[in-house]
Amino acid sequence: MALIWLILIPFLGGLACWLGERWGEGVPRWIALGSMLLVLLITLGLWWQGDYQWPAGAEADAVPWALEWRAPWIPRLGIAVHLALDGLSLVLVALSALLGVLAVLCSWHEIRRRVGFFHLNLLWILVGVVGVFLAVDLFLFFAFWEMMLVPMYFLIALWGHSSATGFSRIGAATKFFLYTQASGLLMLVAILGLVFAHRAATGELTFSYMALRETPLSGEVAMWLMLGFFLAFAVKLPVVPFHGWLPDAHAQAPTAGSVDLAGILLKTGAYGLLRFVLPLFPEASQAIAPLAMGLGLVGIVYGALLACGQQDIKRFIAYTSISHMGFVLIGIYAGTELALQGVVLLLVAHAFSTSALFILSGQLHERLHTRNLGEMGGLWGRLGSLPGFMLCFIVASLGMPGTLNFVGEFLILFGSFPVAPWTVAIASAGLVLAAIYSLLLMQRVHYGPPRGEARLAALDGREYAMLLGLLALVLGLGLYPQPLLDTAGPAMQEIPRLFDEVAMPSSTAVPPGES
Amino acid sequence: MIATLPLTFLLPLAGTLILAFFGARLGARGSAGVGVSSVALAALATALLAHAYLAAPEAQTLTLWRWIAVGDFQPTIGLRLDGLSLTLLGVITGVGLLIHWFAAWYMHGEEGVTRFYAYMNLFVASMVLLVLGDNLLLLFLGWEGVGLCSYLLIGHYYRTAANVRAAFKAFLVTRIGDAFLAIGLFLLFRELGTLDIAELLRRAPERWAAGDPGVELAALLLLGGALGKSAQLPLHTWLADAMAGPTPVSALIHAATMVTAGVYLVARLHGVFLLAPGVLWLTGAIGALTLLAAGCAALAQTDIKRVLAYSTMSQIGYMFLALGVAGFEAAIFHLMTHAFFKALLFLAAGSVIVSCHHEQDLRRLGGLWRRLPLAYAGFLVGGAALAALPLVTAGFYSKDAILWQAFAAGHGELLLAGLLGSLLTALYTLRLIVGIFHGAAGSDGARRAESGKGLAHGLPLVSLMLLSTVLGAWIEPPLAGVLPAPQHGPAGWHLALEVLAGSVALLGIALGAWLFLYRRAWLAERVAQGRGARLWRLWHHGWGFDAAYEGLLVRPYRGLVSGLRGDAIDALGQRPARLAGWLHGALSRTQGGKLRFYAVSMVIGATLILLVMVAAA
Repeated sequence: MALIWLILIPFLGGLACWLGERWGEGVPRWIALGSMLLVLLITLGLWWQGDYQWPAGAEADAVPWALEWRAPWIPRLGIAVHLALDGLSLVLVALSALLGVLAVLCSWHEIRRRVGFFHLNLLWILVGVVGVFLAVDLFLFFAFWEMMLVPMYFLIALWGHSSATGFSRIGAATKFFLYTQASGLLMLVAILGLVFAHRAATGELTFSYMALRETPLSGEVAMWLMLGFFLAFAVKLPVVPFHGWLPDAHAQAPTAGSVDLAGILLKTGAYGLLRFVLPLFPEASQAIAPLAMGLGLVGIVYGALLACGQQDIKRFIAYTSISHMGFVLIGIYAGTELALQGVVLLLVAHAFSTSALFILSGQLHERLHTRNLGEMGGLWGRLGSLPGFMLCFIVASLGMPGTLNFVGEFLILFGSFPVAPWTVAIASAGLVLAAIYSLLLMQRVHYGPPRGEARLAALDGREYAMLLGLLALVLGLGLYPQPLLDTAGPAMQEIPRLFDEVAMPSSTAVPPGES
Repeated sequence: MIATLPLTFLLPLAGTLILAFFGARLGARGSAGVGVSSVALAALATALLAHAYLAAPEAQTLTLWRWIAVGDFQPTIGLRLDGLSLTLLGVITGVGLLIHWFAAWYMHGEEGVTRFYAYMNLFVASMVLLVLGDNLLLLFLGWEGVGLCSYLLIGHYYRTAANVRAAFKAFLVTRIGDAFLAIGLFLLFRELGTLDIAELLRRAPERWAAGDPGVELAALLLLGGALGKSAQLPLHTWLADAMAGPTPVSALIHAATMVTAGVYLVARLHGVFLLAPGVLWLTGAIGALTLLAAGCAALAQTDIKRVLAYSTMSQIGYMFLALGVAGFEAAIFHLMTHAFFKALLFLAAGSVIVSCHHEQDLRRLGGLWRRLPLAYAGFLVGGAALAALPLVTAGFYSKDAILWQAFAAGHGELLLAGLLGSLLTALYTLRLIVGIFHGAAGSDGARRAESGKGLAHGLPLVSLMLLSTVLGAWIEPPLAGVLPAPQHGPAGWHLALEVLAGSVALLGIALGAWLFLYRRAWLAERVAQGRGARLWRLWHHGWGFDAAYEGLLVRPYRGLVSGLRGDAIDALGQRPARLAGWLHGALSRTQGGKLRFYAVSMVIGATLILLVMVAAA
């Protein structure tokens, strides 16, 4: 029952925000904060109580959900409201709720227009995302997948910035919408294809994830269906040729939008790959693994190079995200337990550090009224503790040991090395590139000759607390990541097993005609 | 006793945290107090540990907690105390304390004292973790941590763009080495299934025969990391620029401790390197080359700190040479004595620089020996140790140990390089001392020099002076059992070699004194024109490595960045949008609202349809 509340609370909270605006500007803020905190508390409660280990002696094929909730929806078509939770989804839901709280907090002073509707959108993004992480009925999943888009679109289009160079906020919002919508459509086709293939094989019409996992598919069909899913998730991650929407969306979005985008929305792409693409199509995934890892490499290098050339601080950070997601892609397709655990950690770490950087650029924007790096420089002595925080998060994003980012990145590299040594060797060059763009960002903003002597407003309590909290998480989990590893671990052991099953027949002698 | 081990890094770390959160309230004096006392307490803890260890020398491990546990991947936050880590720990906290204390004098009245001490304390904590880590991942944590602190401290005076650039360069060049080290770690874990150092050294000979390509590759990758951190060819270019930081930083990080981390790494993993004779030879060859190349470059520098920087590279070259001939003990011994005398030289240089109102150009100094007696004494003692003046200095004994190991291992070419290096060392040391303290003062700053006063200025200098003499050489690092025993060469030859090395050093000193005291005008003429000028320029610019890297790496990278700035792939994605926009424009022009246009197009359309129908029929 708790699962449906995770979705209903932000949904109802959003409506309450909208209606509550008439009683004052502050009301929607507090309602939104309260609902986000409630979701966070419920998830943490589930974490505290739940047991995310594999049940001993369970059948190898059964997917052991820690919690399930199910209600009929359209029984004639085999569609149900079916939610389920395992360690992976729990970690990501908790992450979303936490970033949701931060998104509310960081817009406390930034948003002045249509406050109620703004928070409705903020909360409904959470509805969509939590739904995506929990849905195990593919139709429901698709519904939530599409639902994430609309509030995000409004967030960018209505509260975004229009920059003199490049896109307007409407343009950026449209671009975001079209990219995701078009790829989502491909996924819908693939879902339907899978469902019909399943009916053709078993005579049963169902959208249930667990049932569809057992669908026997011929190699070619599996490949096409897999590509449909893959493209949708690749756009969201984003993988390099499909990344065009991200820098524009980030640059034009308000701070809360960027926090949600970087911290939550990108994670749905990785989640989709982990939850659907690999388990539903292990053979086909294995077949494109070298290609996907290659794309990951391209992303690491391309994102890093592009980042160095940006003038807009938010576009800069957006491109570094692309670079980081390259590591995620490599880790996912390496498919070893170590690499996949690293993927989960890097997802969380990236959410923390990148959101913090976006929050910081929002705070810089509030003080300097610019996002242009060319107009910054020498700010170290003028901003109180803000530069110190920025230094910490930049250092985290370059993967300094002691931060969670390091653990994630290195587990991916350690785990992928036995599978793809050359890929990892080249990806290690990404460590150098990360150093280049990270330090470049730091020195363009805070070092060098200052442009004035006047001190700017120091951080207030709310801003300080947000940053300190994130920093504590990045460092604390960086030195003791075991809680995350233990929670997501069992879910992550499944994929290597599936990959091994695929690898097995090819390594032993296969009778002719069978392969 | 082992329980006090974590204090050696926790105390400096606590110092950093206090300074980070309450630094503004503490003020400059308070910050210096916190910064110095945290390291003093760490040094005290080290002294207690050393006392206990020397009474019963037995390696101990203390596991604080398991860092990560996934399958076989089980690195811990575990500390290991043995002779090697204890030696390094003593250098880091002992010399570190003296330098922190001296910095209280040096940084007095400067801006950012709190920040300075916060980073310095963080550096000490990271460096301690680097040497105490019992597994390679924790070592890597310290390794990256010291690199970060080095970056932050080189860029301490962040308002000058050149300092920021120097800091960036230092981080980047060492990070290139770190990437190799990281790949080395991946390889070692894949092959041996562990990152625990003791376990690694046990499994390596079981997995690999000597000379196996796998172990050669692993050793090569580790060496890459060591070269970057220790500023050896070809990754040495950052160290000379790193002198942009405050002088105590140069003393601590870029002379005594961090730059010798590469030597520590190779010595710690000696078991892997001994299995890879090819890479071991390469280590020695790189060391020999660096010691000669940097020695020449040191002869042609005009900034006193850059002379010392090249000298540091050259001396670390000696350590790598020692590693290359499997003289691990000699390398660590030289690491220790070098920490003493090079820290002394840097602090004395800092004393000169502050006394002369931030003048550090050799051509603008001179004649200071009367005005700055303590700094002069420091330079004399430190310089003598650097030039390995026989019998009375610490440097003589450690350098002799290295040459003896090269001889014992039968590496004649490396021995020759070492002897030649001694000559160069003596020459540039004399040039430096004569340039600062003799002749005529070249600037107002030097003429108005005021000697430093106070305990914070005097005591560290005097302590390091004592350590740089033969007293320092009496400290025998307790390395037996941790590192392979030194080789014993042919009996009787050791004394002959000592005499030879001593004479070379004396010859160099005499030659230098003659050249720089009595033949200055002649020298100046030589380097002003013709071949001499070309050689001067080549050495002055450190053999042109910077220019080469600028052309080969930096500029292409910049070109790539500016070429890609517009995101060509995204532009490709915009094509369909552009096409749709164009179609939209073209079609909406047909809806112009002009009746005549509609009528004509209707007639044309109807005609066309009719024609088609007729043709079809």
